[in-house]
Amino acid sequence: MSRPSARTQILSRLYKNAGAIAPYTPEAAHWSPPALSPAKRINRFVELMEAVRSEVYRVKGNAWVDALRKLLQTRELATLAYGKKTWCGDLLEKSWAAKPHPTNLIPWTQDIEEFRDELFGISAGITTTMGGIAEAAAMILWPTPEEPRLLSLVPPVHIALVKASEIYTSFPEALKKLDWAKKAPTNSLLISGPSKTADIELILQFGVHGPTDLIVFLIE
Amino acid sequence: MDKPKKATFARAAARALADTQLRDNLRFATQSLRQKRLAVFDDPEATEALREIGSRIKARGLTRLPRLLEQLEARCQKNGIMVHWAETTEEANRIVLSIMEAHGARKVVKGKSMVSEEMHFNAFMKDHGKEALETDLGEFIIQLNNEPPSHIIVPAIHKNRKQIGKIFADKIPGTDYTEDTDILLATARRILREHYRTADIGLSGVNFAVAETGTLCLVENEGNGRMCTTVPPVHVALMGLEKVVETLDEVPPLYRLLCGSATGQRITTYFNMIKGPRQKGEKDGPKEVHLVILDNGRSRMLADPQLRQVLQCIRCGTCLNHCPVYTRIGGHAYNSTYPGPIGEILMPQLEGLDTKGELVFASSLCNACSEVCPVKIPIPELIRRMRNESYLKRGKGVIPGHGFKRNAVERVVWKGWRYSQTIPMLNWAMLKTLAIAGRILPNVGPLKAWTRVRTKPVFAKESLKQLTRQEGIRHE
Repeated sequence: MSRPSARTQILSRLYKNAGAIAPYTPEAAHWSPPALSPAKRINRFVELMEAVRSEVYRVKGNAWVDALRKLLQTRELATLAYGKKTWCGDLLEKSWAAKPHPTNLIPWTQDIEEFRDELFGISAGITTTMGGIAEAAAMILWPTPEEPRLLSLVPPVHIALVKASEIYTSFPEALKKLDWAKKAPTNSLLISGPSKTADIELILQFGVHGPTDLIVFLIE
Repeated sequence: MDKPKKATFARAAARALADTQLRDNLRFATQSLRQKRLAVFDDPEATEALREIGSRIKARGLTRLPRLLEQLEARCQKNGIMVHWAETTEEANRIVLSIMEAHGARKVVKGKSMVSEEMHFNAFMKDHGKEALETDLGEFIIQLNNEPPSHIIVPAIHKNRKQIGKIFADKIPGTDYTEDTDILLATARRILREHYRTADIGLSGVNFAVAETGTLCLVENEGNGRMCTTVPPVHVALMGLEKVVETLDEVPPLYRLLCGSATGQRITTYFNMIKGPRQKGEKDGPKEVHLVILDNGRSRMLADPQLRQVLQCIRCGTCLNHCPVYTRIGGHAYNSTYPGPIGEILMPQLEGLDTKGELVFASSLCNACSEVCPVKIPIPELIRRMRNESYLKRGKGVIPGHGFKRNAVERVVWKGWRYSQTIPMLNWAMLKTLAIAGRILPNVGPLKAWTRVRTKPVFAKESLKQLTRQEGIRHE
């Protein structure tokens, strides 16, 4: 492990060199893109998310459950991982109990050590979100014990639920409104589309490591 | 480290210039990156305001660097992240190795990290019997081919899909040659996902480390960074000590500047903020998170108000895409971890002017880099400063290895020049001599090299001074 003296020596050099010789540097202005009206926020969010090949479906209330059932069936997705004890999980369980569906619902209940191999074989994962940002469109995810970090990453299809009322204008606004500095969990994320790369001839390709498809239900 | 032979860069540059395939690949790639950047930064006024913000955040951060690092360390430790300090790259490598050994680890999967390149991490791990696997697609490709990256952001920028198809066919058993990028991608995906699942340790860089909250921010599109930092049981993050920022509020403008400058995006696919290891009750995430803070000469660079500006760099690579030199020769010719304009001002500070000094002459000082730099580093000014230091008497400069270009011949010539400008008699004699002998200067030595691509200057019979004396100055 690191030498205690390494820390001391680095810091003593830094203290010697950091402040005294620098010209006065004024504080940076705060950066906040101009605020948008709710309708504009939603439109911009949809438009920009779709521009990077996310599929966005605008639905009312709990209509997303039926839309999801249809979608899972047409795409022949065999398994869907979800988190128990969330509003999303409750609605899914209720719907699946009421009417059987060819897609197997798989709740994530174990630690990753036991669940890892199964997770890497699952076709889709569904998560809730903390909302989204419009100015450069992305969803905000704060993984929880119920909906762990990898639920939005490992399955090839990621389905996300975004409430239209929780779309903020910009990242700075979301940081403030969500009190991110104090309340964010061990891992917090912005996700703006399916996993992508342009490392071969700058050709944009999707699904390099994580989800190849990102499906967003925008709940109004 | 061995000192390179003289004019290594000049020779490598000449070789690169003659490689038409390389020139095509680079021209296409850097041009698209420049256009994409312009599409995001389409409003010059707003862009300038944002650059000013970015520049101030980083410059101000440097004035309070030690305090921010101490705060970062305290917050990280409170969040459960183990913090290590490394003075040298060797020390940083040893720290990672000892973490691996403590866990009996054999395989480490890596997200893209320039600091790990600076540490020559992969070679070090190989020497110690460990497997270090690059997972960024570009890095994965060039690791297969045993090459260093040629661009900070697009490591395989110098390869086209045919060359990549050939590398895959040659290096991955059971793979046929294909130019179909979808098949190439699927092959990489299959191999890499298996590695994430089975790796012992995940390694990543850090784009911004937030002192106020102890948050490590990672910027990426592929998702390999999230894989490396989330799937394996241990996550090790490497950062240069200049990566710290004070508050979370400082992150969004820097993030926008980074995305826009690097790839011409408004936002990347993933912005990953890590605040600690798996907490009680959580079902995934690494059980241990380590942060290695690397100095490697940075604390020394901080001592000079001009040279320290190199520490504002956020590693977006846009200076590479805009450099008339880089865009024609690519990264390998620089033979350095950091190529292009940023490499020219960073490498000599890291490794000494006597080792990397020739890089500061790989510039036309056209200023394109500093016009696009998201944190407004005046790169050409620093290049000129370094050129000066190359000739300073030992002990008069601050960059290690300064004065490496100082030599008797040039000193005599400049001294002669000085006398010719200060002593009228000598001035007269020089002009006379040049008027007569200048026409018959033999084409040898530096003049030969100079005139290979330029016309030899012809000296007029009469000097400008004489002409103005005879004819006066016509004011038109």
